Amino acid sequence: MRRRSFLKIAGLGVAAGAIPIARALGRASSTQAAPGAATGKRWAMVIDEQKCLTKQGCTACVQACNKFHNIPAIPDPRHEIKWIWKERHENVFKEAVTPYTPAEVKERPTVVLCNHCDNPPCVRVCPTQATFKRPDGIVMMDEHRCIGCRYCMTGCPYGARSFNFVDPRPYIHGEPVDYPTRTTGVVEKCTFCAERLGVGKRPLCVEACEGTGCGAIVFGDLGDPNSAVSAIVRSHQELVRRRPEIGTSPHVFYIL
Amino acid sequence: MLDKALKGSRGYWTLLVVLSGIFLVGLVTYLQQYSVGLGITGLSRDVSWGLYISQFTFMVGVAASAVMVVLPYYVHHYKAFGKLAILGEFVAIPAVIMCVLFVFVDMGQPRRVINILLHPTPHSVMFWDLIVLNGYLVLNVIISRATFRAERRGLPPPGWVKPIIYLSVPWAVSIHTVTAFLYCGLAARPFWLTAILAPRFLASAFASGPSLLIILALLVRRFSKFDAGKEAIAKLAEIVAYGMAVNVFFVGLELFTALYSNIPEHVEHFQYLFLGLHGHGILAPWMWTSIGLAVVALVILFIPSLRRNESVLVVGAMAVVGSLWIDKGLGMVITGFVPNSFGHITEYWPTMKETLIVLGIYALGALIITVLYKIAIEVREELQS
Repeated sequence: MRRRSFLKIAGLGVAAGAIPIARALGRASSTQAAPGAATGKRWAMVIDEQKCLTKQGCTACVQACNKFHNIPAIPDPRHEIKWIWKERHENVFKEAVTPYTPAEVKERPTVVLCNHCDNPPCVRVCPTQATFKRPDGIVMMDEHRCIGCRYCMTGCPYGARSFNFVDPRPYIHGEPVDYPTRTTGVVEKCTFCAERLGVGKRPLCVEACEGTGCGAIVFGDLGDPNSAVSAIVRSHQELVRRRPEIGTSPHVFYIL
Repeated sequence: MLDKALKGSRGYWTLLVVLSGIFLVGLVTYLQQYSVGLGITGLSRDVSWGLYISQFTFMVGVAASAVMVVLPYYVHHYKAFGKLAILGEFVAIPAVIMCVLFVFVDMGQPRRVINILLHPTPHSVMFWDLIVLNGYLVLNVIISRATFRAERRGLPPPGWVKPIIYLSVPWAVSIHTVTAFLYCGLAARPFWLTAILAPRFLASAFASGPSLLIILALLVRRFSKFDAGKEAIAKLAEIVAYGMAVNVFFVGLELFTALYSNIPEHVEHFQYLFLGLHGHGILAPWMWTSIGLAVVALVILFIPSLRRNESVLVVGAMAVVGSLWIDKGLGMVITGFVPNSFGHITEYWPTMKETLIVLGIYALGALIITVLYKIAIEVREELQS
């Protein structure tokens, strides 16, 4: 075979291989927006950092989530499971910090959780569709299908996912609650309390925050123009999201 | 044909027993990981991939490098690779098997891996990686069987295998390209988010794979009457020289782009890798060793009198493998996670158990290559006598 005819064959092979890849990419982009998203449900959250600050050292949202989702208290930070937790403001919103930002602003504890992105990288990379996007915007996790490859953790730009490196059950303390525990070797994360939304309740963190009198976390349906979240996203001019430049379109909004 | 592997010298059997022993230690350690979980490794919430996936990445390169023998011999009819071809093809088989095993031991729920096939997901690069890797394994088994059988009878390879051989050439490129796509398509990890990753993987593969083949061919010559030929070894050395030079050039391109643009989230990873960041720098001494070995290798490969001296060349080949193993089998994957998206630094270092599992898989690969080479050598010696 001459070099030229070899190159021709090789070129054809590459072209043939490109068709399924192009199709695959087409399918991947279909996760961007659920059909009819504008009119249907689109769950979203707004976190008001200023209101949150009124109760220093409060962890009501984190504790409620941990307790009612059977989240283990693993002492080794390498193996920790976290669905919602607090991070320093400067680490969450790097772009909002200048060399002159006062230390107390930089150190502000900021509530972080899964952003339930419109275009979630975790869903794109998962090889089994164990993590998937629901039409109502929630990025869900099927822990029974997960093979524990941790590609979603590698792909998540927000560090929102945890892996069960050890059996979590011995680390679950307190009274038993009605929520499934997880097994070793699977990934888990915040689900926007999909199980509660299904029966008309709001997420635990939202209720817990309200219970303290802060009301710093507002949750609702962006598909409903009359919801509280819809009103906030329309009226607040300085609403921010984490790392918007990478095109994931997070649906947890922050008022700084 | 396997009967040829069942009779051998004392040294051959000792080697098999030692390798089996290391493999068994790895297997027993893996069974422990299987029952208690990946907590026995050094992995963490922040560094979710480590030594297993790094070794997978390195071995994909070794597997792909068979093309550096196949292409000149079968496509361009470069006759000097006549004897070397089978040695090159036989490297690809255990290399792909090791790749698959390195991914398998990394799974948190190994019993469920079949889910990748039950729920095929074309938008996941991992799905494509599985397809191209297994396809490459099948291609190489078919090709090496057909060509080896023909060679045994003193005939040229059968006509039907030629299209498969031609297909294996772009396929070899694809396995390393798709493996690079696992990393370079993630907005979350700026360290990997570079279009040069796939070409860099290929360049380092075309340096490290043929280097390994030089070492293996020289070992085979030393312990048997099978001589791949001086010209073939010299040509491989030239391929390694170009591969290594291009690889170093690509690394330089990455460094320039990251450091001159001075974007913190790009710079920080390189800083962690080579200098350490905020007092954490477990990889830095390794990376400087890698650079040192690369310099040694380039000197040996580019000074003709050194390169043509086979006892010096073997040092150069070992330096290439060592340098690129550190770069790809240690630095490349781990550094993508350090610092994490919050800027936190969680360092990763493999545990003893994790290392034993990795060594077990390497021992199995060495075992397979030993048996395959033994068969090749026996047949070759028969033909010669």
